[in-house]
Amino acid sequence: MRLYDLIDGEIATVQSFTGDMELQSRLVEMGILPGIRIRRIKTAPMNGPIELKVRDYHVSLRQVDARNILINQ
Amino acid sequence: MTTAAKSFWVALVGNPNSGKTAIFNVLTGLNQKVSNYPGVTVEKKIGKARFADGEQFDLLDLPGTYSLTPESMDERIVTEQVLNWVHGDNPPSVIVSVVDATNLSRNFYLTTQLADLGIPVVVALNMMDLVRDKLEIDLEKLASDLGVAAIVPMSATEKWGQEKLLSVIQNSPSVKDHENPFPIFLNDDISSALDPLQDIFKREFGYDERLSKAQAIRLITRQSTLEIYNEMSSNGISSDNTFMESLENKRQDAVDILEDLGIKHRIMEATLRYEWLDSVLIASKINIDPQIAETNYSEKLDRLLTHKFAGPAIFVLLLYFIFQSIFTWAIIPMDWINNGVAWVGNQVLNLMSAGMLRDLLVEGVIAGVGAILIFLPQILILMFFMTLLEDTGYMARVAFMMDRFMTMIGLHGRSVLPLMSGYACAIPGIMSSRTIDSWKERLITMLILPLMSCSARLPVYALMIGAFIPATNIFGFINLQGLTLVMMYFLGTATAFILAKVFSIFIKVEGKSSFVMELPPYRTPLWRSVLSQVLNRGKLFVVNAGKIIMAISIVLWFLASFPKVDDPSINENSIRNSYAGKIGRTIEPVIEPLGFDWKLGIGLITSFAAREVLVSTMATIYNVESDGDDVIQLTDAMKSDRNPKTGMPLYTPLVALSLMVFFVFAAQCMATFAIIRNETNSWKWPLFMIIYMNGLAYGASFIVYQGGLLLGFG
Repeated sequence: MRLYDLIDGEIATVQSFTGDMELQSRLVEMGILPGIRIRRIKTAPMNGPIELKVRDYHVSLRQVDARNILINQ
Repeated sequence: MTTAAKSFWVALVGNPNSGKTAIFNVLTGLNQKVSNYPGVTVEKKIGKARFADGEQFDLLDLPGTYSLTPESMDERIVTEQVLNWVHGDNPPSVIVSVVDATNLSRNFYLTTQLADLGIPVVVALNMMDLVRDKLEIDLEKLASDLGVAAIVPMSATEKWGQEKLLSVIQNSPSVKDHENPFPIFLNDDISSALDPLQDIFKREFGYDERLSKAQAIRLITRQSTLEIYNEMSSNGISSDNTFMESLENKRQDAVDILEDLGIKHRIMEATLRYEWLDSVLIASKINIDPQIAETNYSEKLDRLLTHKFAGPAIFVLLLYFIFQSIFTWAIIPMDWINNGVAWVGNQVLNLMSAGMLRDLLVEGVIAGVGAILIFLPQILILMFFMTLLEDTGYMARVAFMMDRFMTMIGLHGRSVLPLMSGYACAIPGIMSSRTIDSWKERLITMLILPLMSCSARLPVYALMIGAFIPATNIFGFINLQGLTLVMMYFLGTATAFILAKVFSIFIKVEGKSSFVMELPPYRTPLWRSVLSQVLNRGKLFVVNAGKIIMAISIVLWFLASFPKVDDPSINENSIRNSYAGKIGRTIEPVIEPLGFDWKLGIGLITSFAAREVLVSTMATIYNVESDGDDVIQLTDAMKSDRNPKTGMPLYTPLVALSLMVFFVFAAQCMATFAIIRNETNSWKWPLFMIIYMNGLAYGASFIVYQGGLLLGFG
């Protein structure tokens, strides 16, 4: 399934990336790699970007980009 | 020691939100100088720090970055700087890698990239006050595993650990830890794919084993690394002009080999480095699988502050509160400054004998500069709030909440901070737009940013509101003056949003946009740091008042005072027949439909140097006109000025409104034009901005004044 489909509050493990390769480089540099566990915290007002907790920090990314991140729950 | 100490200098590098700037402030105190990197507008902050023995050294604060492969312009600066050092361009004696102790693995990623460079690296393990009990690590072992000279625990907030950091910095150039081999294990397949690239780096630039391996991996991982070498090569780093060609070819070969092996080369560096880094951290008994299910205090606060409905509502209320306080809190200090300026003027009047020099000083310099200084409290209050929102971490939440809306109008979540900085000044706003990684959204942000009412407009608004808008309360609690001010800011902001949408339809620029942004934990701001930023901004404002405004005031005084007319019968209107008066009356027909007379016309012309000059211009004009032995109050003078033909008040609330609306829209700041020309590398965009903004200003002002007359106001 995709990170996009994960419900707010749920935890999952990153499996792989599809789509935009440049964004993928940035994500892995920030430690969001295949195998890492993440929690989707919330969705911004107006159905905006989503907030994740990964490693020891919080990060936000857009829902379009969350469609390109495959996860295992 | 002393000869070596002369060139001893230290660079601070770290992730955004790692507390790098806080450490910079702790080490340098207020002894710092902000300038720009050549050709670009990224701030270059250099300060002087001292070792325990009194030896002084330079400390450079680089922009925050997550890695040495650049994504945004800010990060590109860091990468280029670092590569220049490696190529022998005055490298720092020590690199201090600032690490947020609450977030080790991601912060250490950059540290290990720095450790490859062959320059001694000292880790400042910051924010230890937040983890002290939980973190019991053998720091010496960890340092040697990571290949850095030392790891120094500290807290910039609680101000401890900096003495230790300083002594470690002083001794670390002698530590030879950087001769470590490349720490990451590469299997034979990867190694042999990298070999040809490594050979080029070794042969051309004399990189050692570790650095050549690191750069070879980075070159394969990110295209942007190749671009940087390309740029350096056009600056003549290599004697061999086929160098770039062979680098590109060998890169492509390596990529092909790795792809055949099924290795995803675009995530290769991060995958390898994190795998190794995580194993090092585990060996030091650091938990790398943190409790992501745990809810920390920031998350709890965010339940309210970024709540679907409450979040945006709180943000709007906060903005309203800020603009109301600008008016209410500043009253008392403004009175002090006002009285102080009058006192100085009167002292000069008493001490000097009558004559041209005295007139110039009192009517030109003191009246002009004084009329601007009075707005310093309001600017400081605005800057204080902006800095506070940024330093607590709230501004990132605003970007998070607003991204959807911003995308809808053709902007980016990261446009919020630049646009809000625009309330203080367009220049730092345009600078901070560099964090927006897509060019189209960045360009549009820059083009509409000057519509956000900057602090230079505040004196104009404040003068007009103070003089012509009654201080009554509506519904008992909304101050009409404050409300008018908020409306001016709203007018500029709303127009900016509409135009952003329009521009985004018509401006065609390629580029993809993404929004990967860290939401840092909420932190109590360091008051010292907030204070120093606010003071710096205030200083800049006063220096401007000192330079531009004084010069213009003097020139204006001459223009307004000459030619002197001897005929006593027309003496009363001497300024009308002066050079300045002639200029003003020449343009009067053009601005009359907006409700402006020739005096305001002079002000409009001078305000094209800087908006706030309008106020000092009016002050100079009225002081020259009164030609008396007293420094007059500008608001009183404007209120009591009469139209010589009708005998009615010359300036009415409607004129004031029309003038304020003009200032909301008009492009008048030379510095902004220059910086946009710099950032876009052409005169096309600043010219476009001047035309659209001034067209808008004239049109809007016309509608307000003529519409107001039709409705029977004024």
